[in-house]
Amino acid sequence: MEVTVNGERRTVGPGTTVGDVVRGLTRAEGGVAAALNDEVVPRATWDATPVAENDRVDVLTAVQGG
Amino acid sequence: MTTARTATAQGAPEAAAPDARTAANGSADPLVIAGRRFGSRLITGTGGAPSMHVLEEALAASGTELTTVAMRRVAPGSDGSVWDVLDRNGIAPLPNTAGCFTAADAVRTARLGREALGTDWVKLEVVADERTLLPDPVELLDAAERLVDEGFTVLPYTNDDPVLARRLEQVGCAAVMPLAAPIGSGLGIRNPHNLELIVEQAGVPVIVDAGIGTASEAAQAMELGCDAVLLASAVTRAQDPVLMARAMRDAVAAGRAARLAGRIPVRRHAHASSPPADHP
Repeated sequence: MEVTVNGERRTVGPGTTVGDVVRGLTRAEGGVAAALNDEVVPRATWDATPVAENDRVDVLTAVQGG
Repeated sequence: MTTARTATAQGAPEAAAPDARTAANGSADPLVIAGRRFGSRLITGTGGAPSMHVLEEALAASGTELTTVAMRRVAPGSDGSVWDVLDRNGIAPLPNTAGCFTAADAVRTARLGREALGTDWVKLEVVADERTLLPDPVELLDAAERLVDEGFTVLPYTNDDPVLARRLEQVGCAAVMPLAAPIGSGLGIRNPHNLELIVEQAGVPVIVDAGIGTASEAAQAMELGCDAVLLASAVTRAQDPVLMARAMRDAVAAGRAARLAGRIPVRRHAHASSPPADHP
């Protein structure tokens, strides 16, 4: 299925979870947050939250700034 | 206002032992924000440093206990982040909403920052345009109210308007953070009179945030009665960030002590310090 991850369209397999998407981007354990269609997904539920066709996933981390 | 020139020991690269000074100041005169105590009155940012290594050294040299970070999309393959630097140096992270132009954006970003860093403290930034990076007062007040309602401890970056500062406090912000001058400008305190007005009326800590360029300006902020200083560019973009970090640490402490010491009044004429001469 087609989803948007950090603004880029990509194809992911069925059963892909938010956790899968995050791990595809970073191995960092801390300092990372994920949102599914603009709603924050708590870390504890990343692996229990599947993504669906045309979902938007944003994975953010703390960076130098401010 | 004339700027007092203080004699400094020429060629002295090291300031006094930081541990002793922090311990002495920290317990006697802590900065208290939302019930949380800090020994250091210098809050730092992390933007603009030439490398993560220099940033880490500068943060350590500054003695800061609270540091802002921005929230951005993860770059593929990146591991470890500025968050690790703060974590291993015992510095509390303060996520900001840098890059947000609307209240909705700022609220979304704040929620992500809370989730990522495990803190409900947020430095709220809602700017009006890229060129000036001045706060948008309308969006800022709206965002502040919404975030306070969602349980955040909100530290809003604002302008030097005492009326807006009062409104931000009224909606429940934990501090107010008026700018000295535009972000990164190094212009120093443009409107000390307004900062004094804000200090006079505020029931929450006043933290000067943005526009500080060098140590004397940080000291001036503290002498005006502000509770803390937040700066980034003055240190990260200095020629020697680590040395400037030390200078800022000392400046904030010196300005605070001068404020507490009660300065002499400004006089139009002389006031002799020696006894009058005894003439026959």
